[in-house]
Amino acid sequence: MGASTLSTLPALPLHEAGKYVAGAYIVLFALVMLYVAIMALRLSRVQRELQEILAQRQGGGEELSSTPAGER
Amino acid sequence: MLAFCTLAAMAVALALVFFYAPLDAEQGFLQKIFYVHVPLAIVSLCGFVAGGLLAIAYLRSGDARWDARSYVAIHTSLIFGVATLITGSIWAKGSWGHWWVWDEPTLVSFLIVFLLYATYQPLRFAIEDPERQSRYASVFAVTAGAFVPMNFIAVRLASSYVHPRVLGSTSNLPPSMALTFLVALLAVALLYATLCAYELQAKRARSQLRALRRAMELGPSMHEGAGDALGARREAGAGAAGSLASAGLTSTATISGRAG
Repeated sequence: MGASTLSTLPALPLHEAGKYVAGAYIVLFALVMLYVAIMALRLSRVQRELQEILAQRQGGGEELSSTPAGER
Repeated sequence: MLAFCTLAAMAVALALVFFYAPLDAEQGFLQKIFYVHVPLAIVSLCGFVAGGLLAIAYLRSGDARWDARSYVAIHTSLIFGVATLITGSIWAKGSWGHWWVWDEPTLVSFLIVFLLYATYQPLRFAIEDPERQSRYASVFAVTAGAFVPMNFIAVRLASSYVHPRVLGSTSNLPPSMALTFLVALLAVALLYATLCAYELQAKRARSQLRALRRAMELGPSMHEGAGDALGARREAGAGAAGSLASAGLTSTATISGRAG
């Protein structure tokens, strides 16, 4: 019923138009996913740098605590 | 919260597009592309204008936060512009049999606006001095932002109406299609707001990280300054919990808690 109705319309039938509609929605989804992936990469870089800073800070703290009190 | 609203709106919009909105009598199933293509175009153009308005706020106040907002609005609009052009081309191929038609004013004018804004980032990052960079980019954003509505009106006044009109006096959408379109528009607008919020938080996190690193490099005498930066990050993290970018802020707050 639906297919016969569609075939009478001047537009592309479902099997023809479907790939274009799917393509358009997939493009949007892919762009959003790409954006999220780039954001995730940036976030991981920020976290890595924070861990480096934390390691530096802890290293500095250990040096300070291992130094004799007279030398401080 | 914004992210959840966006997800819910997107889900509702997709359900309405594919299960509620009737098939268009002329275009058939292909018309479903308009529920994503037109909202993307509208939000993208509004984002460009918003970028100009935010740039005015920066030029008036000199507050760098307005410049960052203007940059993010334009950056996100450019991404939406790419999506608009691609989805429009896909529709044109299905409907007209061509990926692109050069004698259609709506297409070409959108391409001109997109290409104009594509020069925004090269212009901005070609300038090293941050103060000048922000000022020049803001002037560009204001000028180009004023061009967008002018361009839109000029196209509307043009005689060719080959490109279908969804909104406006020529629109005769049935209520079910109009409702679906408005929900799709809301969903795309929310997606834009969410991406802008993430981008802003990520930019803030990176700049605060740079400030922290500078403070650390300057030595133990500056640890107090580093503590200030960490305190600011803690505040930022508290307001941004639950989002993608705030994951970084929260981890910063945790680190500051351990370190401090």
